[in-house]
Amino acid sequence: MVPAQSLSRQETDLLNRYQRDFPLEPRPFAAMAKAMAMNEDDMLAMLADLQDRGVLGRVGATVRPNRAGASTLAALAVPPARLDSVAGQVSAMAAVNHNYAREHEYNLWFVLTAADNAELDRVLTEIRVATGLLPIKLPLEAEYHIDLGFPL
Amino acid sequence: MIEIDDKDHQLLTRLADGLPLVPRPYAEIGGPLDLSEGEVIARLRRLLAGGVIRRLGLIVRHHELGYRANAMAVWDVPDDKVDALGAKLAAYDFVTLCYRRRRQLPHWPYNLFAMVHGKARARVLTQIDQLNDQVGLRALPRQVLFSNKRYKQSAARFGTGLAKAG
Repeated sequence: MVPAQSLSRQETDLLNRYQRDFPLEPRPFAAMAKAMAMNEDDMLAMLADLQDRGVLGRVGATVRPNRAGASTLAALAVPPARLDSVAGQVSAMAAVNHNYAREHEYNLWFVLTAADNAELDRVLTEIRVATGLLPIKLPLEAEYHIDLGFPL
Repeated sequence: MIEIDDKDHQLLTRLADGLPLVPRPYAEIGGPLDLSEGEVIARLRRLLAGGVIRRLGLIVRHHELGYRANAMAVWDVPDDKVDALGAKLAAYDFVTLCYRRRRQLPHWPYNLFAMVHGKARARVLTQIDQLNDQVGLRALPRQVLFSNKRYKQSAARFGTGLAKAG
């Protein structure tokens, strides 16, 4: 775990600046380095270090829900004593990409992504059979917020 | 809405693992897909412009940076009011995500969702209070669900073949 204050000023600048508008050119890391008065090798090393420290998940894309494949939020009301073990069963499924415990009767929340809706339902059925618990399925109907990243 | 072909799909799947930290990452991810560096860049540009990719860049794990208080606030809003109220919520800078979702009655009556992330729970609760008062949500059935444990956080994967391999 890395507290925010242990980020250097340069690291904070980098993370704030490139959560979006990543350069679409043959040498993107060189372009970022140039914009920040660094060289390409140092930029690659800084990103690798942030990744090792767990601050940077990856350099990648966030995809608009339901635009590529199908996805849904789902939840289970798990008896508290079984929570960690059921969470493990759910996390083990490749279609699950986020899985969180929350303080509520519905205490396990996860996002499923699959090629289509029929596949989502198959995975939910699999979860029901494996856990003996009935998942609720809460698919997205509208999105009101534009994802601009997370200001630090 | 733009069309997505198989190559786009494969490219998005490859991107779910992240760009490799090498000088020419687009050339490297294009190789196995039989796409040139220029084709990868052109396709990504089109997917971004068409809104399929919302954001291309550094994906920060805010939990590791001390943003541990993560609340999902939910309300049961009449269907004819939800879009207007959702748009108001989304305008607050501390609301990181805001959605309408399908209810699942009788288990789950809530259709409006807003995520608020912060370093301290008390501050997050104050911010949600502010939403209730200023957006006029206080009288509605509502709940706040703090997350207390993260079991898995990874990129979305598409297509069963690759998902099973992953």
